[in-house]
Amino acid sequence: MAWTGKILRVDLSSGTCIAEPLNMEWATQYLGQRGLASKYLSEEIDPTVDALSAGNKFIMVTGPLTGTMASTGGRYSVVTKSPLTGTIACSNSGGFIGAEMKNAGWDMIIFEGKADSPVYLYLENEKAELLPADDLWGLSVWATDEALHRKHQDPQLRIACVGRSAEAGCLYAGVINDLHRAAGRSGVGTVMASKNLKAVAVRGTRGVGNIKDPVGFMQATEAAKQVLADNAVTSQGLPTYGTQVLMNVINEVGAMPTRNMREVRFEGASNISGEAMHEPRKSDGKPNLVTNAACFGCTIACGRISTIDKGHFTVKNKPEYWGASGGLEYEAAWALGSDTGVDDLDALTYVNFLCNEDGFDPISFGATVAAAMELFEMGVLTEKDTGGLEMRFGSAEALTRSAELTMTGEGFGKELGLGSKRLCEKYGHPELSMTVKGQEFPAYDPRGIQGMGLAYATSNRGACHLRGYTVSSEVMGIPEKTDPLVTDGKAGLVKAFQDATAAVDSAGLCIFTTFAWTLADIAPQIDAACEGGWTMEKLAEVGERIWNLERDFNLAAGLTGKDDTLPKRLLKDAANTGPAQGRVNELDKMLPEYYELRGWNVEGVPTESTRQRLGL
Amino acid sequence: MHAMKVTLKLYASLTRYLPPGSGRHEAELDVAEGTTPAAIIDRYKLPLELTHLVFINGVFVDRESRDETELRDGDQLAIFPPVAGG
Repeated sequence: MAWTGKILRVDLSSGTCIAEPLNMEWATQYLGQRGLASKYLSEEIDPTVDALSAGNKFIMVTGPLTGTMASTGGRYSVVTKSPLTGTIACSNSGGFIGAEMKNAGWDMIIFEGKADSPVYLYLENEKAELLPADDLWGLSVWATDEALHRKHQDPQLRIACVGRSAEAGCLYAGVINDLHRAAGRSGVGTVMASKNLKAVAVRGTRGVGNIKDPVGFMQATEAAKQVLADNAVTSQGLPTYGTQVLMNVINEVGAMPTRNMREVRFEGASNISGEAMHEPRKSDGKPNLVTNAACFGCTIACGRISTIDKGHFTVKNKPEYWGASGGLEYEAAWALGSDTGVDDLDALTYVNFLCNEDGFDPISFGATVAAAMELFEMGVLTEKDTGGLEMRFGSAEALTRSAELTMTGEGFGKELGLGSKRLCEKYGHPELSMTVKGQEFPAYDPRGIQGMGLAYATSNRGACHLRGYTVSSEVMGIPEKTDPLVTDGKAGLVKAFQDATAAVDSAGLCIFTTFAWTLADIAPQIDAACEGGWTMEKLAEVGERIWNLERDFNLAAGLTGKDDTLPKRLLKDAANTGPAQGRVNELDKMLPEYYELRGWNVEGVPTESTRQRLGL
Repeated sequence: MHAMKVTLKLYASLTRYLPPGSGRHEAELDVAEGTTPAAIIDRYKLPLELTHLVFINGVFVDRESRDETELRDGDQLAIFPPVAGG
């Protein structure tokens, strides 16, 4: 079996680190990572608990294929209750620390309670200890990473930590690992900081063994890698342009949310696109993009490593930002760019650097700035509120200064750090918050891509593209093309994407493989690694079980079917241009069918027979 | 037969197939009435396997309709290779 069979339970209140066996019955029902940790969280905490209290738990978890030779098998997730949404949160990250955790011999680390003063976990194979982090508190992610590497004198130490935004209470702070990979959404970093847990430093040298059928596993992973190598998206599009290749496509189909989702096309899109990142700058003749980069075991390598023009106003006298670092991916470029109306590639890259440096989600941040800009232009928010900042759409200065304030929770940055929902409520216009369940939208306007409206409305962690990415079918034609403006069939499409994604997220694999792989490519890899007879059908069933488990958590936390909705703007105000001109999102045509397909009653509650069928 | 103007937009790895003197991603073309996306793909020698997504004014044109759908004056024809992200 590819699970290590071991969990580390860290009680921050008492300072103990205790090993315990993994519940193997749950592993066969929930696979690993997102599913398995959601099961533990559901069993161990009261869903109504205050997310930032000691009663919440914070789980770092790998999947059975994490750390193996499977392509992209380097993923790990952070699972907790979200302070941003009040829902269950699962944020998935790549980089190297997930594989390192597995190499150290652990499937999962469960943090509970709260430390009296700042600490970090040092994990070296079976040795686990909590060490003081008073000297790290107040440091950025990058400074913390450097300090821990220096202290332990181990360049191969893998580190995940929170930055100053999380310490300052930003509700969408993430956990950053390996300097610029992020468990980015839903404020999982805020929970980590609330426990006085600054960092987790891991060194694992044991290797990942325990494969059920080693020869079969080598054959299955090799065959699957060939599928990625033969597919134009995973072998050419993503390594060359990254996810940013989407900027022009989504703009072309008129689904590019612009200026707080008032419009659906951005005139500056081509200036901040994946193609633009390859173009030589006028000042020094060098492109924004330095190279692509891969996470552990990945044969796609979509990561962006970028530089900023040294003469740009944001970094003119700041040589610390002149080096290469994690560059823009599509969602960040959209939120920081199109949604705020800013098409200055260097400014966006600078803000992206700050998001990595101090660990806050560029999607929620960009969308919150966009809401602030709309409130400001309406005259509701004034310079008195913003500390003198002129929050106008298109202002790179306003955007970059907002990021500098949010990264440490200074001045108006404290308010921006609470997210768009709380900001818009405070200034009397809750309808201007482009959120579902309190979480900000990603980069696809559901008026132009109807299925995404249903995916957003029903996502178990609030507005999110990674819970059911029907864009793949509706725009890109993967696995087959559907019409983005049609609602028929979308309920089934959304459910199928949601269930399959939950399974992939629980395996230790990256969701980007699914632009080439189907469950038919994934099942043989899991089955060769793990006991349990892992077929495509079983994976789909496990995905559905996970989806319902998350739903049950949210219902118990106090959410209802009424929360499965979209902002009025998307349901009432028609798109102003493009193929969707005159259209709104027709959620009401899709939601009842979706509930029925899910086996839920009309109020969105799983029926008794659904629960029984899934063993919940 | 009347001449019409259409805008050809090529992205990602297809950008290099734009005629000399084009903008970053687009060129304005004079074409005869009745011209189809397939005819333009042929004229600019776009590798067929890279013409994954074809849009006229943002609306997808499937592979079977590329040599049947006639462009109209002022149309925007955008073509993308296989791409995805998220």
